Amino acid sequence: MIATTTRGELTFGTIAAGSGLNAALALPGADALRKIDSSGLRGRGGAGFPTSLKWELAAKSPGTQKYVICNADEGEPGTFKDRAILADFADLVFEGMTIGAYVIGAQSGIVYLRAEYTYLRPHLEAVLSRRRRQGLLGTGAGGKKGFDFDIEIHMGSGSYVCGEETALIESLEGQRGEPRNRPPFPIDTGYLGNPTIVNNVETFAWVVCIMAKGPKWFKSFGTEKSTGHKLFSVSGDCRRPGVYEYPLGITIAELLEQVGGSEAKAVQVGGAAGQCVPRAQFGRAIAYEDVPTGGSIIVFGSQRDMLKIAENFLEFFIDESCGQCTPCREGTPKLLEGVKLLQRGECSMAYLNELCSLGETLQVASKCGLGQTAPNTFLSIAKHFRDEILGRTPQTP
Amino acid sequence: MLLTERERLRQELEELADRHGRRRSSLLFILQEVQQRHYHISEFCMQIVADLLDIHPVEVHSVVSFYGFLDVKPQGQFIIRLCRTIACEMAGKDEVARQLENDLGIKFGETTADGKFSLQWANCLGMCDQGPAMLVNEKVYTRVTPQGIHGILEECRGKFGVHATAISKERAI
Repeated sequence: MIATTTRGELTFGTIAAGSGLNAALALPGADALRKIDSSGLRGRGGAGFPTSLKWELAAKSPGTQKYVICNADEGEPGTFKDRAILADFADLVFEGMTIGAYVIGAQSGIVYLRAEYTYLRPHLEAVLSRRRRQGLLGTGAGGKKGFDFDIEIHMGSGSYVCGEETALIESLEGQRGEPRNRPPFPIDTGYLGNPTIVNNVETFAWVVCIMAKGPKWFKSFGTEKSTGHKLFSVSGDCRRPGVYEYPLGITIAELLEQVGGSEAKAVQVGGAAGQCVPRAQFGRAIAYEDVPTGGSIIVFGSQRDMLKIAENFLEFFIDESCGQCTPCREGTPKLLEGVKLLQRGECSMAYLNELCSLGETLQVASKCGLGQTAPNTFLSIAKHFRDEILGRTPQTP
Repeated sequence: MLLTERERLRQELEELADRHGRRRSSLLFILQEVQQRHYHISEFCMQIVADLLDIHPVEVHSVVSFYGFLDVKPQGQFIIRLCRTIACEMAGKDEVARQLENDLGIKFGETTADGKFSLQWANCLGMCDQGPAMLVNEKVYTRVTPQGIHGILEECRGKFGVHATAISKERAI
């Protein structure tokens, strides 16, 4: 097992296994759902869709066969909190899935685990069999008559875009992981055409905490639109990288002080798909309504070349683009070419503006989140670091 | 490939398909196992799998070529995947990459002549706070240094030494 790097005590460590599930099963499904609703919990994968709304729609969808899918395809650069949760608090994740199944009326659960985390699988299988022995999974799960639910683990095969929920479902069905057009949404037309909820690892764990400690407790942290605590994966140029838990709404400056990265010149919030926030804006809050993140915080020190960063992220997107839609497939290489021009000091201001306009086209015209977010970092760097990136003297090797 | 070998492979794939169910949604399970056993998925295998699941071989190929952990070309027994994402880059992945190439005598995307090692890039391995990180098959190594590479490679060589011939025969499919 990999040494975890959690800093400070996490809420997850204070929740006794079984407490959340018992609390949920004592209520009718609709009441359990109301608890989640009043907590204001939003998806912890980064998109921030209200969890209770997703579950409510799936619960109302007609169908006898429904699915609960846990998105453990944590591929966003700079994110590793799901790995830490799966390693240390797998019980909470499975318990959250069980509560989800109870609420929407599902019999089957699937954990879609990324291929890069194959080494976690034996541990997860062991936890699953223990939970079956304890009667928390299987026929009459959690001692509730008529509630049958079990979970299996499916492995990914190395694809970033499969973290997008419809691509993930395609992959589970044995297809290329290409995102689907939405609507229809997975809540009524998901895995094998059945109503399906897909939630992030961390979201499921928080559901258990809400059940155990109550929605009021959860809501007492965070902001009005972004309630509760959130795990952050912090890496890059700081003295104490690792997994942290803070209330949403924390400012970037406050977070940097905690992790020992106050000298940073910029911070990448939300991974490759997020945005690059310059020092002047460190007063901004990390929350769905300001700078959203699935947990990824990468700190850039003063010595870092912003063009290298843009280059790295664009190469990443070119590699991971599924190639299905034109803006993403053709646009990202064009942006990378632009970065190379800037590196050689051969880019005019007019052309840089053209590139930015291309980036904005990608944001609106791409089919899925990958293409829509691919130009983000390039655009923030082109906006905030013009002095650094224009008029360079080419470096001779 | 010898006729008997083909027959053996066909049998193996049939068993796999029966175990996972002859459904389209079993395709990735089957392909993942073939990859693990044979270090790649040959055209012959793709054809058989397509027959078994009653789909067109092109569909199987399109799936194999989509995923980073499935290979059309034969790979080594040990696939080394070095993380190239930003946090590992800032932690010094370029030096590690260089030394991997030096110690193995191959470039990224290539396989050593003895069929033992393949070098590939990986996108974010989720070890950003402990970079540079790399996977050797399923095992993850963190805070890798250029001088630490040699020891990791020796560890692999030691583990598989006696089986090398038997396995490289299978690789020829």
